Amino acid sequence: MIMDRKKSEGSKSIVDKSRLVDESGLNSRIVSFVTKWEFILVVLLLLEIVVFSNLTPHFLNTFNLLNTTFTFSEKAILALPMIFIILSGDIDISVAGIMALSSFAMGYASSQGAGTGVLVLIGLCVGVIAGFFNGLLVTGLNMPAIAVTLASMTLFRGISQAILEDQAYTEYPEKFGYFGQGYIGDSMVPFELVLFLVLAVIMGFVLHKTTYGRKLYAIGNSSSAANFSGISVNKVRLTNFVLNGLFAGIAAVLLTSRIGSTRPNIATGFELEVITLVVLGGVSITGGKGNIFGVVLAIFLLGYLKFGMGLLNISAKVMIITTGALLIIAVLIPGFMDSTKARNKLKRQQNLETTEKNLNKGIDE
Amino acid sequence: MRELIKKREFTLLLLIAVMLMLIVTQAPSFVSPENILRIINDTSILIMVSIGQFMVILTGGIDLSLASIIGFSGMAASMLNQYFPDLPVILILFAGMGIGTFLGLINGVLIAFGKVPPIITTLGTMSIFRGFTFVMSKGQWVTAHEMTESYMNIPHGSFLGLSNLIWAGVIVSLVMYYFMKYVRTGREIYAIGGNKVAALFVGVKENKINIIVYSLVGLLSGLAGVMWTARYAAAVNETAIGFELFTVAACVLGGVSIAGGSGTVVGVILGALFLGILTNALPVVHLSPFYQLGLQGVVILGAMIINTLSEKRNEKKLLNRRLQ
Repeated sequence: MIMDRKKSEGSKSIVDKSRLVDESGLNSRIVSFVTKWEFILVVLLLLEIVVFSNLTPHFLNTFNLLNTTFTFSEKAILALPMIFIILSGDIDISVAGIMALSSFAMGYASSQGAGTGVLVLIGLCVGVIAGFFNGLLVTGLNMPAIAVTLASMTLFRGISQAILEDQAYTEYPEKFGYFGQGYIGDSMVPFELVLFLVLAVIMGFVLHKTTYGRKLYAIGNSSSAANFSGISVNKVRLTNFVLNGLFAGIAAVLLTSRIGSTRPNIATGFELEVITLVVLGGVSITGGKGNIFGVVLAIFLLGYLKFGMGLLNISAKVMIITTGALLIIAVLIPGFMDSTKARNKLKRQQNLETTEKNLNKGIDE
Repeated sequence: MRELIKKREFTLLLLIAVMLMLIVTQAPSFVSPENILRIINDTSILIMVSIGQFMVILTGGIDLSLASIIGFSGMAASMLNQYFPDLPVILILFAGMGIGTFLGLINGVLIAFGKVPPIITTLGTMSIFRGFTFVMSKGQWVTAHEMTESYMNIPHGSFLGLSNLIWAGVIVSLVMYYFMKYVRTGREIYAIGGNKVAALFVGVKENKINIIVYSLVGLLSGLAGVMWTARYAAAVNETAIGFELFTVAACVLGGVSIAGGSGTVVGVILGALFLGILTNALPVVHLSPFYQLGLQGVVILGAMIINTLSEKRNEKKLLNRRLQ
C-alpha cells in the first residue's frame, strides 16, 4: 500500500505511466466516431433511402414517407419507456398484454356510452394500474422482471379474452378516431407521429439531462453500487414500470382509435418487436448502456425498411427473417468491434511497456 | 418425512391432488384411467420441450426460439414424408430430430462464440426460423391426405397399451432425469447456473455447456415437431406459435429459478402436468375455454408469489439459526 502511494506520488498519476495510451490523437478519434453504433445506424438509414429510392419511384414521396409512420408509431411510443426499463437491467414483455386490457376497458366504456375524453382517461389509467402491478411484484417481492411480466402478460390478455370471448367492440365515438387516424390541421403530418416525436424529446430530456436518467445508467451498471451510493433503486424501477404502463395505455388509445375495434388478440407480438427496436438502437440488454438517439434511428430504419420492402413486393416472411437477422447482427457486430478495440489497446500498451523498459535499460547502462 | 414435505415437488403434487379433487366433484369421470392417459398424452409434448427449456433456464438463459424450431422441423419432416412417401418413418423421425439439433446448434454457437445474450439470440432466431418455415413451404400446408399412414401413426401407435407419444415423453423424462442427476455434464449445467465464476474455476467449460444445452433443446424440439405434425395430421406454418411461453410457465410452476442454478426435472414434469390438467379440465367443469389464458396467468403468478415468499421465509429461518 505504501509502496503504491510512493509510486503514484512519483509519477503523479494513479495509473502506471507505461499503461497510458494516447487516445486523443485524430486517428483514434476518427476510429471511435466511425465505429459508434449511432453513426452506423445513420449510414444504414442513408443507404436504405438511396437504395429504395433508386429501386422504386414511390419511396421518396413526402406523403408516403409520412403516412407510413402510422404503421410503426405505436411501437415507437412503446419503445421509449422500454429504453428506461432495459437500461436499468429489467425487461417488460407484458406491454402488449397491457394494451389488450386497456383497449378492452375502453371498448367496454364506449359500449356503455362514455365520451372521448373519458375513454382516453380510462385507457391511460388502466395502463398505469397494470404497470404499477408489475412494478410492485418486481420490486416489492424481488422477483425477476421477465418471469413476472411473462405471467402478467397472460393474465392481462386473459382477462380481456375471458370477458370478450370471440366478440369485439367496434363502436367508438367519431371524435375518438382522431388519435390514430387524424392529421395535424390540414397538413400531411399524422397526429401519431407528432405525438411520438414530442414524447421522444421529453423522454430524451429525462434520460440525458436529469438526475433520474443518470440514476438509470447507475442502476444498470451495478444496482448494488447504485444502492450503496444512495439511489433508491426500487423506487426508480417501480417508476419505470408505471411509466411503461402509461405509455402502453397511450399506445392502446392510438391503436384502438386507428383500427376502430377491440379484439382480445389486439397488438399480439408487439412486445418482441419493441424489444427488437430498443436493442437495435444500441441499448445493451444487460443494462447500463445506450441512448435515445440510437433507438429513434432504429425505429425509422426498421419502419422504412419494411415500407420499402413492401413497395418492392417482398413477402412479409422475408421481412421477418431480415428483422431477426438484424437483431442478432446489431449485438454481434458491436461486441466484435469492442473486443477488437480492447485487444488493440492492450497490444499498444504492451508495446509502450517494452519500449519504456528498453529506454530504462539504456539509462541504466 | 419432513424433508419430503419441504420439497417443492411435494407442494406441487399436493396442489395437483387438490385440483383433481375439485374437478372430481364436478365430473367424476375425469380421473378415470382412460382420461388420465388422455391428459398425459396431451401433455407429453409440453413435458419434453419444457425439460429442454429447463436446462436452458438452469444456465441462466432462455430459449424463445424453440416453438419456431418445432414449427420448422415439423414442417420439414412432413414435407419429407410428402415428397418421399417410401422413406421409412424412423428415418424421418431422425431427420426431424437432426434438423432440430442443427437449429439449436446455431443458437448455441451464436451464444457461445458470438457472445450474443441468449434472449437476443433466440428472439432473433425465433423470427428467422419461423420465416424460413414459410419460405420452405411456400406458405402451403401439408395436410392429412398428403401424409402417409405410417407417418401419422408415429404418435398414435401403441405399445403395451400406452401410445408412442406417451412412451416418448416417458423415455425423454427418464433419460433427462438420469442425465441431470447423475451425469457429469448435467451437473456442470447446474454449476454454470449456480455460480458461473466458481464453475469456470473448477474447470467447467461454459462454451461447451452452452452448445450442448441449446443443441439438446433443438433435438427435443425437433422430436416434438415430428410428433406434433403427425398427431394433428397437419403441418401448418404457424405450428406451436406461443408455445415457448408455455414451456417457461411450466418451468416457473415447477419451481425452476429464472435466475438459473436451481430446479429439478421432476418439478418441471409436474409443472407441465399441472398446466395440462388445467387446460383439459376447463370444458369438464363447464368453464368457457376463453378463461384458459387468464386462469393460467393467475396460477403462474400465484405459484411464483408463493415460491418467493416461502424462499424468503426459509432464508430468514436460516439467518436466525445462524445468529443464535
